[in-house]
Amino acid sequence: MAYPADFKYTKEHEWIKADGKTATVGITQHAQEALGDIVFVDLPKTGTELSKGKSFGTVESVKAVSDLYAPASGTVTEVNENLATAPEKINSDPHGSWMVKITLKNPGELQSLLSAADYEKFVAEEG
Amino acid sequence: MVDFNGWDMPVEYPSSGGIIAEHMAVRTGVGIFDVSHMGDIRVAGAQALEAIQHITMNDASRLAIGQAQYSAMLYPKGTFVDDVIVHRLGEKEYLIVINAGTREKDFNWAHTNTKSFDVETRNLSDDYTQIAIQGPKAVELVQKLTDVDLSTIKNYWFTHSTVCGLKNILIARTGYTGEDGFEIYVPPDEKTSAMVWNKVLEAGKPFGVVACGLGARNTLRLESKLPLYGHEISDEINVWEAGLDRFCKLEKGTFMGSDALQKAKAAGLKRTLVGLEMRDRGIARDGYKVQDQSGREVGYVTSGSYAPFLKKNIALAYVPPELAQPGTPLLVEIRGQCVKAEVVPTPFYKRPKK
Repeated sequence: MAYPADFKYTKEHEWIKADGKTATVGITQHAQEALGDIVFVDLPKTGTELSKGKSFGTVESVKAVSDLYAPASGTVTEVNENLATAPEKINSDPHGSWMVKITLKNPGELQSLLSAADYEKFVAEEG
Repeated sequence: MVDFNGWDMPVEYPSSGGIIAEHMAVRTGVGIFDVSHMGDIRVAGAQALEAIQHITMNDASRLAIGQAQYSAMLYPKGTFVDDVIVHRLGEKEYLIVINAGTREKDFNWAHTNTKSFDVETRNLSDDYTQIAIQGPKAVELVQKLTDVDLSTIKNYWFTHSTVCGLKNILIARTGYTGEDGFEIYVPPDEKTSAMVWNKVLEAGKPFGVVACGLGARNTLRLESKLPLYGHEISDEINVWEAGLDRFCKLEKGTFMGSDALQKAKAAGLKRTLVGLEMRDRGIARDGYKVQDQSGREVGYVTSGSYAPFLKKNIALAYVPPELAQPGTPLLVEIRGQCVKAEVVPTPFYKRPKK
């Protein structure tokens, strides 16, 4: 599965897609594959302040619990409630299954994240 | 792959579709597990029965040749060295199948504690590749690979016969999934092991057989409330607490741990293993704290997961006996949040009677 070129990526395997000051956040194809069958997501409430690099929730597969790390700082404006009842959507469509929408505090923060090509390389090297 | 007590083991097989697909295959069809990491101890000699009776808690005098029983080796204080399956191979010959994580400890324990008997206790752990074929279609699958009429082997019995052209293979109707199935013990060299593995996969194609890893093995045994060493049983948990009373035969006479268990029985239980079903969103995991409704810490989770067949979040936990009644509301602390759970009857899953 190709990594969308208009997303930015973290080394913790989140993606973020920004449109001006608004952005959506999810986890990558590589992350869902490594986690296996996803059975639970714990996401923040609307209004929660995220800070870049800090945990904002968890995703659980049958075998493991993993933290979700904020790719950028901002305020949660919307949560993808569908994932509460159908977390397996993250497995089948990781790049379409956004978790939270946020209003970015500083869109400039995204510049430090990985491009699709760099992320792909990072994943390949990480093995 | 994960390092499992020094064994390079797959948690899941991506080609099988992952843990949930593997789990469902075993509940509805058939799955195959490489369980070579299990260990084997042979106890043989004039006093084999006496030695087995001394180091295990079940009553091995009830075993016919060709029969096996679930049992455990205990410390003098009535807690677990390991849970085991004892097979009676011959008149004065037994095979104890033990867990991977405790292989060396188990063998040393068995060896040391059988020294005073006229027996030879040998570690045969490296002599077998153990393969488990489990699920409602397991009999049909294995029947294609052997001449022996498998319908004559009852649950917890075994025989020796030809499998995949290999002579004198131990075929036992045992397993760790809550389903019907077999465990076969084949020569450990890579070529033979791979040959058998591939033949099982080939023969199982019409039944939709899939290779299953440690992940599915864990969720399957959890749904069926089968204990796992280091979780439901350990050197700090005794037989009564673990609820394994029916496999512990105090009436057979004195054995390792029996005195302490007599006393523990008289003193009454301080904690007991219960099944929990989560009532709010959240998955209880190993080590999470359990609270009563007032928020008082009363116990801890030993194993917990999403249960793929039941499609519920379930857990096993130790709690005081007064909180063990099905229907009792409890709380599980999950990352700082108290999540509602309820005590439910166990096993969570029981296979339908044929």
